[in-house]
Order: sequence, then C-alpha cells, then structure tokens
Amino acid sequence: MNLVYHLGRYFVFVWNIFSRPEKYSVWLKQFVKEVQSLGVSSVGIIILVSIFIGAAITIQMAYNITSPLVPDYVISLTTRDTMLLEFSSTIISLVLAGKVGSSVASEIGTMRVTEQIDALEIMGVNSASFLVLPKVFAFVFFIPVIVIISMFVGIGGGWLSSVLTDAISAQDYITGIRLAFIPYYVTYSIIKALAFAFIIITISAYQGYYVKGGALEVGRASTRSVVYSCVLILLFDLVLTQLLLS
Amino acid sequence: MIKVENINKTFQEQHILKDVNALFEPGKVNMVIGRSGSGKTVLLKSLVGLHDIDNGSIYFDGRDFTKLKHKDRTNIRKEVGMLFQGGALFDSATIEENIMYPLDLFTDKTYQEKINRANFCLERVNLEGVNNKYPSELSGGMQKRAAIARAIALNPKYLFCDEPNSGLDPQTAIIIDKLIQEITHEYDITTVINTHDLNSVFAVSDSIVYINKGRSWWNGTKDQLLSTGNKELEEFLYSSEIMQKLKSRI
Repeated sequence: MNLVYHLGRYFVFVWNIFSRPEKYSVWLKQFVKEVQSLGVSSVGIIILVSIFIGAAITIQMAYNITSPLVPDYVISLTTRDTMLLEFSSTIISLVLAGKVGSSVASEIGTMRVTEQIDALEIMGVNSASFLVLPKVFAFVFFIPVIVIISMFVGIGGGWLSSVLTDAISAQDYITGIRLAFIPYYVTYSIIKALAFAFIIITISAYQGYYVKGGALEVGRASTRSVVYSCVLILLFDLVLTQLLLS
Repeated sequence: MIKVENINKTFQEQHILKDVNALFEPGKVNMVIGRSGSGKTVLLKSLVGLHDIDNGSIYFDGRDFTKLKHKDRTNIRKEVGMLFQGGALFDSATIEENIMYPLDLFTDKTYQEKINRANFCLERVNLEGVNNKYPSELSGGMQKRAAIARAIALNPKYLFCDEPNSGLDPQTAIIIDKLIQEITHEYDITTVINTHDLNSVFAVSDSIVYINKGRSWWNGTKDQLLSTGNKELEEFLYSSEIMQKLKSRI
C-alpha cells in the first residue's frame, strides 16, 4: 500500500515538474547554474574513479589471461568493452547517485524544512518545476559528456597501468582498443546514462521535496535518495540491456 | 479586505480549525493571537492556500479563494507577500537576488529597473549595502528585514507574517513590528500577523482575533483586550508574571 502511495505521488510529482515551467529567462539562468553545480563539478571525481578502475581492470585482465594462445591485445579489448558497456554508464551513475543525488535531496529537503519552498508557492511559483526541471535538463544534458570523458579516461588509465606495470606492451594495448570496435556500444551506454540521470534527479528531488521535520529527516531523505536511485539504476540497467542489446 | 467564513481543517483524525470566522481589514495590522498549538499557523497557511481547507470560504476582496481555479489562485498569490518565522530567504542566492526573484518571475522590468526596485525595498527596511551578502551572513533581525523587503517587492495587497519576531531580542522585535506597521499604513496593505507576543499586540495591533482550541474565540481591539471578561483569553493574557503584576496594578 505504501509502495503504491509513493509510486502515485512520484508520478504526480514528475507531472508537476514538467507542467507550467516558469519564465524562459529565469529557467535558462537556473539551467546554466545547474550544469555547473551538478555536471561540471562532477568531472573531477569521474576522472579519478575512471582512471583507477580502468587501470585496475587492465591489471586484472592481464592477471587472468595467461594462456599463450590468447594474444595480449585481448586484455585492452576487454578493458575497452567493459568501460564502454558497463562502467562508464552504470557504475559512474552509481557514483553520481551518491554525489549528485544526495546533494539534490539535501538541498531541496533543506528548502522544504526552512519553508523556502512554501515561500515559492506563495509567490505563485510552481515550486516543483522551478526547482527540479532545470536540474533534470542540466543533468540529462551533461551526462553524455561525463560518460564520454569516463570512457576516454578509463581506457587511458588502462594504458597507463599497462605501461607502468609492464602487464602488456603499449603497442598491444593500442592494437586491442582499436580492434573490433562497435560504435553502437557508445550509443547504448549514453542511452542508459540518460535514463539513469533522469532517475537520479527525480528520485532524489522527490525524497527532498516531501521531507517533513528537521535536519535528521533531511539526512534520512538524502540516504534514501542514494539507496533508491542505486536500486533503480541496477534494475533499469538490466531492463535496458535486455531491450537494447538482445 | 480578507473575510474568513466558517472554515474547518482536519489533519487525519485531528480537527484543527473549527468554524473559524474573522475579518481582516486593509490598512490595518490584524493580529491572530493564541497559545502554541491553538491553530494559528494552520489558519495562516490555509489563508494563503498552503493548506486546503475542508469547508468554508476565504474571500480576498470578494473573490472566494477556495473556489477559484489554479490560474486565478496564482493571480491572487501574486498580490500576497509573506514573512515566515525563519525568514525563508533562499540561502543559495544573495539578498539582492532574493528580492529580485519575484520581479524576475512576474514582471517585464529591465535589469536596471529591478535593481532599482530591490534597492528601494532594502532602503525601505533600513538595510542598505547588503545587496551582495548571503542570508547566512546576516543577523536574525537583518534576515527578517530582508524577508520583508522581498515580501513587499511586488507591492502586495496582502501581507502575512508568521511569528515575525520569534527568536529576536525585544529591541529588534519592536523594530520589526514598527516596520510592518509603517508599511501596512503607508501602502494600505491588509496585514495579518500570527503571534503570541503580547508586546507586539499592544505595540502595533489595530484589530485582534483570539484563537483557542481551533475556534475564533474573541475579536476586538487592544483597548478592549484587558477587559473582555473572557476566562480563556484572560488565562492566556495573564499567564506571564509581568502581565500578572500589570493586572494587580489595574
């Protein structure tokens, strides 16, 4: 019963986000601000995570593929496909659910408990749309950039580790990442990331928007937003993979 | 003028407002007083549409707010300014941006005109020179004044204040009260203030509604307040030591 209630309220909330947007000039200003605060500010952590995971995948592949019958360039080929298919979209989205999701839930939750949302409502503003729509568009707009950065940096991290640890030669690494490249993998990854970006922002904003109480409840909403976003990302990863790759 | 007729509000099983009636006149500081938990805040939030009432009517200059469509309600809300207990300034925006929000959203003024209006409002509440500061950089009293500046940015016809001087020292509290009174008289605003601060009541009120157990128990003026003969109201008035001393002198 509780699940049905929250599901219904979530869809009404999403409907409100997309209905009656505020003046274009105000919306655009908010959009640019959100691109900076949700997207550009996440690039640092994405580079850090991607470079290390790319490096670790390469070393693990080298460790596992020991047969003389398998050429060395298979290591970089699998590193590339792992980054393209799963890591740069799904795992990066899980990381972003922690960084961006918790930030959105706590920002909106704090606005709720300090009556800032009530102040907007009294001004006659559609607060759900005013606060959340620029975030949805900004994050959905910027996530392909994040995914592509993660792909490049992750594959670069693999190259770096192969050179530094001598797992495979740099030449083999380059050969592997150029071999049997399927461009659709990038499209597939970006489509998934777009869906995950929407999930992260709307779920987190929903958790923050309906907070009641004080700082403790805002903290709890923030935690819930990360947990629910992660679960839904994993669920939709499965669904979208079946739909797009089968 | 705001006229409240027989409004009721329940939350789950709790009946918070019971057939509340009141009349708030323009150009007057109308105060709603009562104990904590008496239903004052629910009444105020119902008046501005933050809570939907169960039944009854709320008329804003003859327009029944409860029966209006969303668009018409929004139009009335543009005529409303509200001062929240904590100020409710947007903390990610500067004071100037806070005041310019309603101007950005609902007017076609140029940037310079909006800046001029923001400066005028800040001057009016004696808060010049804080345009680029963030709310967290201001004291409680200054935040309240900035919130008043934002509330008057669109020249509201109705001003609602929820415990405007809670958390302020008595001197700052009276400055805020006087400021609200001056603005009310100057712009002929229908002002409704929720408070349980008797200093405010005696300092600036023009008319008073006493809410007790969710009902509009008594209404009148501050001159009538000390001699109502109403047991519940007297219990509320003389609950503090200072008021008891005053009563013994009377």
